[in-house]
Amino acid sequence: MGRKILTEHINVPGINTLEVYRKMGGYRSVEKALKTMTPEEVVEEVKKSGLRGRGGAGFPTGMKWSFLAKPEGKPRYLVCNADESEPGTFKDRVLMEKIPHALIEGMITSSYALGARTSYIYIRGELMFVLRILEKAIAEAYASGLLGENILGSGYSLDLHVHPGGGAYICGEETALLESLEGKRGNPRNKPPFPAVQGLYACPTVVNNVESIASVPWIVNNTGEEYAKIGVGRSTGTKLISAGGHINKPGVYEIELGLPVEEFLFSDEYCGGIWKGRQFKAIVAGGSSVPILPAQLFLKTAEGTPRVMTYESLSEGGFVSGTMLGSGGFIVMDDTTCIVRNTWNFSRFYHHESCGQCSPCREGTGWMEKILHRIEHGHGHMHDIDLLVNVSKQIEGNTICPLGDAAAWPVASAVRHFREEFEWHVKHPEAATQPGAVYRGAEVASLV
Amino acid sequence: MDNTTTINDIQFSDAAMAEIQRYISHYPPDRKKSAILPVLHIAQAEFGGWVSSQVQDKVAEILGIAPIEVYEVATFYTMFNLKPVGKHVLEVCRTGPCMLRGADQLIEHLEHRLGCKVGETSADGMFTLKTVECLAACGMGPMLQIRETYYENLDPDSTDKLLDDMRNE
Repeated sequence: MGRKILTEHINVPGINTLEVYRKMGGYRSVEKALKTMTPEEVVEEVKKSGLRGRGGAGFPTGMKWSFLAKPEGKPRYLVCNADESEPGTFKDRVLMEKIPHALIEGMITSSYALGARTSYIYIRGELMFVLRILEKAIAEAYASGLLGENILGSGYSLDLHVHPGGGAYICGEETALLESLEGKRGNPRNKPPFPAVQGLYACPTVVNNVESIASVPWIVNNTGEEYAKIGVGRSTGTKLISAGGHINKPGVYEIELGLPVEEFLFSDEYCGGIWKGRQFKAIVAGGSSVPILPAQLFLKTAEGTPRVMTYESLSEGGFVSGTMLGSGGFIVMDDTTCIVRNTWNFSRFYHHESCGQCSPCREGTGWMEKILHRIEHGHGHMHDIDLLVNVSKQIEGNTICPLGDAAAWPVASAVRHFREEFEWHVKHPEAATQPGAVYRGAEVASLV
Repeated sequence: MDNTTTINDIQFSDAAMAEIQRYISHYPPDRKKSAILPVLHIAQAEFGGWVSSQVQDKVAEILGIAPIEVYEVATFYTMFNLKPVGKHVLEVCRTGPCMLRGADQLIEHLEHRLGCKVGETSADGMFTLKTVECLAACGMGPMLQIRETYYENLDPDSTDKLLDDMRNE
């Protein structure tokens, strides 16, 4: 049983209330930070912890905080990115829904460290029921002096608000999120300037993921050094993994980074193995935007090293034979999965969610979706497969924000690892009209 | 709401106006525009599940911004319905993990039961069927959302019961 930092008390009855949360030791970090530490000391602890952004990018949180510009006369903001919309990822939703005070405690302690007097939680609009839970918890915090003027008599004041989005995946990109929070379309901004210099309302701003912020109280309570002792190498601490797809036990699991991927996928403590007694075919391990891997390359690297749950291990081999931990959104596929259909589904998602600001993304995502649609539906040509790869290369790296990369990688990696399956679809257009027709390998290619 | 409706005919309830003012207070006084998404959500709930151009004009008036600023936002974010919808809007997640767990079959089942296709409203005006992209329920698919409630791990029987319950609501 791995150590739990974020979810230790998640199943305690009433943990969503302030009373029970405090009984379980909640809000100790606010007391400690505001009464015994300077903001700089809090930042230093987070730097020592090695905590990396849990939204997917994995950038060191403490370093991001230290970039915050500190000019006099301008307010500074902390904005929590709770716009979780990445297919495969639902960890932040569960955390906020079950234990909302964990995020609020993290927001207060982190805001103090950053010198923010007003902070926002930008939550995806579809999660209105979670927004209500958070607002209720925030009201409890205000009523007990944990928010508002002169928190716990410390002299520090903070207002915290929840802001609903409107159903746009792109608003998970930090600058698009800020545009949206300012009441505009969620079009990403060019960087630089980065939000740390010109963020919300052109003021210095830090944008952090829910899980990152919720990890700060433990770090403040137990020190950054203790946090850094958990995990492996530069992958310190614990990580929430949301697991879905063809597994026996879908759900959100907190793991210590460094856990063997095989143990996570097959042990009863976690995913419980592939459902219905089927074979493990492929996985997307970090949310839909990361490269897909065939089962054998997920469990072991191309060199034969068993993979573990760390940023470094999962990316070993680069995009040729590796992937990314990303947001920790596991999408597991059994041997009945059609990779072409799955790739088309993801491609449709990115086409739908492109904000349309950059031509390569706006046009390219639609182009890829159309090609994949015709291959999947029995109208593809062999040259379409290379065309797909070419289009993905024209998008990758050529857009203002990473959505272009996110759209390109799933397609390029699917062709890289499952090219035979794409070719089989082209050779067997009749498969498109037969439910259950799935490629099962070159030797046994047949309609089932 | 028809073409003769004017902005003067649009009146939020007292409770809705109080909620709007609460949201506006969350932002700096010179940044009222920040409240545009929360206010559009309130407006959609208040006026039959969609935001007409007149309603959008009213939102602009409340926030002290030009109507075009509301139009460009309302058309960008997919949660806002720009045409009338049925009494209940069924939003089925069709993306990756939900597809793997049967979203396509759920959509087919709903089309059959409702007698309408995705994007359409049932003949009795009760249900509008929509597909949406990822609702952060990836371990609990197939699923759908109705207003603020998620219905997860659906199968044909539980889906039928849900429809019956909604009809009898």
